[in-house]
Amino acid sequence: MMLQLSGVHAHYGHIHALRGIDLSVQVGEVVTLIGANGAGKSTLLMSLFGQPRVSAGRITFDGEDITRLPTHIIARRDISLVPEGRRIFPRMTVMENLLMGAVLADPRNLDVDLKRMYALFPILEERLEQRAGTLSGGEQQMLAIARALMARPKLLLLDEPSLGLAPLYIKKIFQTIRELNEDHGMTILLIEQNAHHALRAAHRGYVMQHGQITMTGTGRDLLASAEVRAAYLEGGHAAA
Amino acid sequence: MALALQQLINGLTLGAVYGLIAIGYTMVYGIIGMINFAHGDIYMVSAFIAVTGFTLLAAFGVSSVPFALVVVLIVAVLFTSVYGWAVERLAYRPLRGSTRLAPLISAIGMSIFLQNMVQLTQGARVKPIPPMLTGGIDIYETAEFTVRIAYSQMLIVLVTVGLMIAFSWLITRTSFGRQQRACEQDRTMTALLGINVDRTISLTFMLGAALAAVAGVMVTVYYGVVDFYIGFVAGIKAFTAAVLGGVGSLPGAMLGGLIIGLIEAFWSSYLSAEYKDVATFSILILVLMFRPSGLLGRPEVEKV
Ligand SMILES: Nc1ncnc2c1ncn2[C@@H]1O[C@H](COP(=O)(O)OP(=O)(O)O)[C@@H](O)[C@H]1O
Ligand SMILES: [Mg+2]
Repeated sequence: MMLQLSGVHAHYGHIHALRGIDLSVQVGEVVTLIGANGAGKSTLLMSLFGQPRVSAGRITFDGEDITRLPTHIIARRDISLVPEGRRIFPRMTVMENLLMGAVLADPRNLDVDLKRMYALFPILEERLEQRAGTLSGGEQQMLAIARALMARPKLLLLDEPSLGLAPLYIKKIFQTIRELNEDHGMTILLIEQNAHHALRAAHRGYVMQHGQITMTGTGRDLLASAEVRAAYLEGGHAAA
Repeated sequence: MALALQQLINGLTLGAVYGLIAIGYTMVYGIIGMINFAHGDIYMVSAFIAVTGFTLLAAFGVSSVPFALVVVLIVAVLFTSVYGWAVERLAYRPLRGSTRLAPLISAIGMSIFLQNMVQLTQGARVKPIPPMLTGGIDIYETAEFTVRIAYSQMLIVLVTVGLMIAFSWLITRTSFGRQQRACEQDRTMTALLGINVDRTISLTFMLGAALAAVAGVMVTVYYGVVDFYIGFVAGIKAFTAAVLGGVGSLPGAMLGGLIIGLIEAFWSSYLSAEYKDVATFSILILVLMFRPSGLLGRPEVEKV
């Protein structure tokens, strides 16, 4: 098992955001986590890094207990996050953002990795010297993904990578996810509002509600499930 | 005309020194969003280290000025870096996430501690150093006035400009500089990329302190004396320079320093030497009232 959460709880002040999460990701899997706004999906990803610290429960990565490690040490276990809201460095250039992603990587891989990012997202190569804050939303999203990939992670965490993007970009991003997994064997944990795309791209999925996992199964099973269809697919919007 | 030229030279020298100290204020503000109120003392402490160091070296018969200068610079930089580190560790880090006022108060506490320590060990008297780097070049002479650049002024300007170039390069072109700027923009995200944010913040405090230490040593060589009050006031002037340039902006700190240095030089020769400090503090108040983001600072609101 690559990543395992057991009985994880997390709080923001008196808000009880995660209420006993059990979730696991195996090497080579694409796992998706779906759920309405405010269900606690982003909190779950951030809590892997101790932001916020879990108040109860245990998180292991490659068999190591990472629950109490400092944030930057957890990142050094080859886990990369494309966070909610992208969080690129707006007053740095595109190139500088990419270099920030490569801080932990072997400098000998830098040129190869940069070329790989240009091949994946050609627009980034055209904008290398542009301040990242002036990129369009879609371009910023690509930059955030590229920055995360520059670290050559074993586990890639994506928080709503398609949010607010034009359909063309969304297609591109899901295609990238598939390639990373199939061609490079990367393990991926994906949060999506776009449940339809996500469940089709994933081997397995979890449904989250009110800080708890309410359902789990293969992507196909969840796609077929009447409950999931009603709540997240056919225009339905479950209450958080 | 000749007098103006001389004051220009004096003002640039002073300004270089204020700029060097102001960098420490601005870098720390950039990374933690708070003023380091214990920064001003560093300059004074390093001036006293310089006096003690030069006197001791002279007593031991060291007559080489460059050697003495290098030794004193190294000692001052080491000592003040440790102090800068301690300020962050003791006054700021434990209070992160508390109210904004709390670390300011603890920093002022550390600053008072340091001031008293210096007064206890050094006494409140004005201390002279053995004469060093005397002489200069006369560049322009009229019947009643000779414009002169002292060797010590040249040294100050050369060292300062060199340090500013090196420091700008560090911040804009190196991996450490990128990490430093990343911490300024989004600390959590920086940690998520595997960077030790606490270490970056500590280093920022230490670098700022080291630059101020160089300024303190330079000024001691320039004036040949140091007293407690001069050191204290210079810290506040450098703070004014940082605010005038735009706190958080590196070029702003340098520009602010130059402007304050020039104003002070011209004010004291054409208006009143007694009230030169008033000029600086009036500027501080005016800037805070009418343009709190300073000349080169970026406005608080930013489109992301
Ligand atoms: N930084 C924060 N401070 C306080 N409450 C937060 C914070 N982030 C999220 N929350 C709260 O935690 C709950 C889960 O939020 P979140 O994890 O962002 O959900 P999701 O990503 O599924 O939309 C919500 O009630 C939200 O309001
Ligand atoms: Mg979210």
